[in-house]
Amino acid sequence: MGTIRDMIAPFDFFQPATVDDALALLSEHGDDAWVLAGGLDSFDWFKDRIKRPKVVVDLGVIESLSAISESGDGLEIGAMASLTSIVNHARIRADYPLLTTAAEHVATPQIRNQGTLGGNVSQDTRCWYYRSGWPCYRAGGNTCYAAAPQAMNREHCILGASRCVAVSPSDTAPALFALDATMVVRHGRRERVIDAEDFFIGPSTDITRMTILEAGDLLTSIRIPAQWAGARVYYEKVRDRGSWDFALESVAAAFRMDGDMVADARVVVNGVAPYPVRLEAVERSIIGSRASEDLAIGAGEVAIQGVRSLRHNDYKVPMMRNLVKRAVRSVVA
Amino acid sequence: MDFLRSADNPWGQDIWIGISWDLVWLAVIASLAFVVLHAIAVRLRGPARIETTPPPADVPETSRVERHSLVARAFHWTMSIAMFALLITAFVPVLGLEFDWVQLHWMAGLLLLATIIWHVIHTLGWQDLWSMWVGPTDVRDGAIELKHALIPGDDDEPKHRTGKYPADHKLYHHAAATAALAATATGLFMMVRIDTPFWTRNPYLFGDGAWGMVYVLHGLAGVGLIGLVAAHVYFAVRPEKRWLTWGMVRGWITRERYRVHFDPTQWPVDELGDPSGDRGGALAEASPRSPQDDA
Repeated sequence: MGTIRDMIAPFDFFQPATVDDALALLSEHGDDAWVLAGGLDSFDWFKDRIKRPKVVVDLGVIESLSAISESGDGLEIGAMASLTSIVNHARIRADYPLLTTAAEHVATPQIRNQGTLGGNVSQDTRCWYYRSGWPCYRAGGNTCYAAAPQAMNREHCILGASRCVAVSPSDTAPALFALDATMVVRHGRRERVIDAEDFFIGPSTDITRMTILEAGDLLTSIRIPAQWAGARVYYEKVRDRGSWDFALESVAAAFRMDGDMVADARVVVNGVAPYPVRLEAVERSIIGSRASEDLAIGAGEVAIQGVRSLRHNDYKVPMMRNLVKRAVRSVVA
Repeated sequence: MDFLRSADNPWGQDIWIGISWDLVWLAVIASLAFVVLHAIAVRLRGPARIETTPPPADVPETSRVERHSLVARAFHWTMSIAMFALLITAFVPVLGLEFDWVQLHWMAGLLLLATIIWHVIHTLGWQDLWSMWVGPTDVRDGAIELKHALIPGDDDEPKHRTGKYPADHKLYHHAAATAALAATATGLFMMVRIDTPFWTRNPYLFGDGAWGMVYVLHGLAGVGLIGLVAAHVYFAVRPEKRWLTWGMVRGWITRERYRVHFDPTQWPVDELGDPSGDRGGALAEASPRSPQDDA
């Protein structure tokens, strides 16, 4: 298990030209179909021969899915918009620098050219026990190998564990979460607009998935309302290698200030749970208060209430405390 | 259709990891089929006859016979809530409606365990344990019921009147008890694998193979309970059985029902309103304001 092989197992490959065609294919093939966006998550699975879909539906030629357009007073970003296009988009950079910064922190320029926003938020966890093909809970089994007494679980979760202790690997997810983004998901002719908060699901809801996307579902775009446009924001990603790596932890925060008072705030962390975690207790502790070093220290302490570390990831607790503290400290005059 | 799910563990051993979810659908479909077929059969054939005897002349037909004490009813309905919560939290997500089910499931499981302990203590201390014993008469009546259901025209032999619990109730009780105990025992072991306020998870109490057995048993018991609960609910709402259901709600049945369906030698009741010995059952005057049960 876990051996990289040269050849990907065979599958039928489709490149639909429209969203409707893609949805028809997904509907026709159901659980046998695999949605391919940038391929950066998919090809790992395929090359390891752990996921062997019978049908792959490549969204790469559907131009409408790559568009970034005005939507009411906000923005609508196609799920296939590349991370590079998001980084370089003037309106996003001007109004939503939190997303720009988060996208800039994804891997390398080459990967950002290929990777998409939809793929980044929909990607599977990087728990290596799971990715190696072991029959863990997330793979449909009844064991979490990462929670074993001798397991290597340095990168795993300190919050939200429910049998599985894997974490969400997405860099853009916490930013979208903090910006109150909504996900537009189509299934056949039905379209649902889902809050980012509801898009990501934990193992206590479905231990085999990280998002609500099911067979036949297609994430078509992500809408960002104007609510947090121009807000003061903070993003920080901690990783083992500065060149490129998945986050050990990240924090995305947006603040509305009224003078030196915090009028409104969103504070979201990732890498600590199987899904991005909005820290509402932290938000409550700072909204209506004057930004200060003490407020930031207090926010950090509130952030780590209820965390539970595994054998090798104690460090994540002070890291989370400090990330939140630094996020709140960023608005201190 | 698959019955079990298996996988290779890290040591290359093929191990069971649980039941196939196909069995959930099978249980649901089989339960629905049973309900429909039974309803048609009863419609065509009617219920089996019961032997008749003249009623005691000095007892008013409107008087009450206590069938279930308040404690017994509280157990039954509390267990029902726990059982429904367990089935919903276990299988509704499998059938497609997803929600955060894990905590609700184990809490309902603990409630079920509490009701089982309560029931065992109550039964041993205050009820007649042998009223649930399956005896030769139960076997004979079961055979009559089966013949009546399966052989057209075989209606001559009437069923005996029974003790407090007819044969089908006893068999149901034992089947449900077996499934519930299996689900509860395996569920307690499975709780060791999740974090609760009482302990930190330990997934390594057993080896992979033993855990697989625990999961399979838990799943089979759960799937069995789908059918058992469906059958129970179906019979509880059938017109000719509703008086028994009302008995579980109000605690009593009418004297007429008692006379028609039950054998006083097996389930004696004191006409003055007190239970006869340890066997349970009390008689009291029915209130003219009491709800009418008999459909």
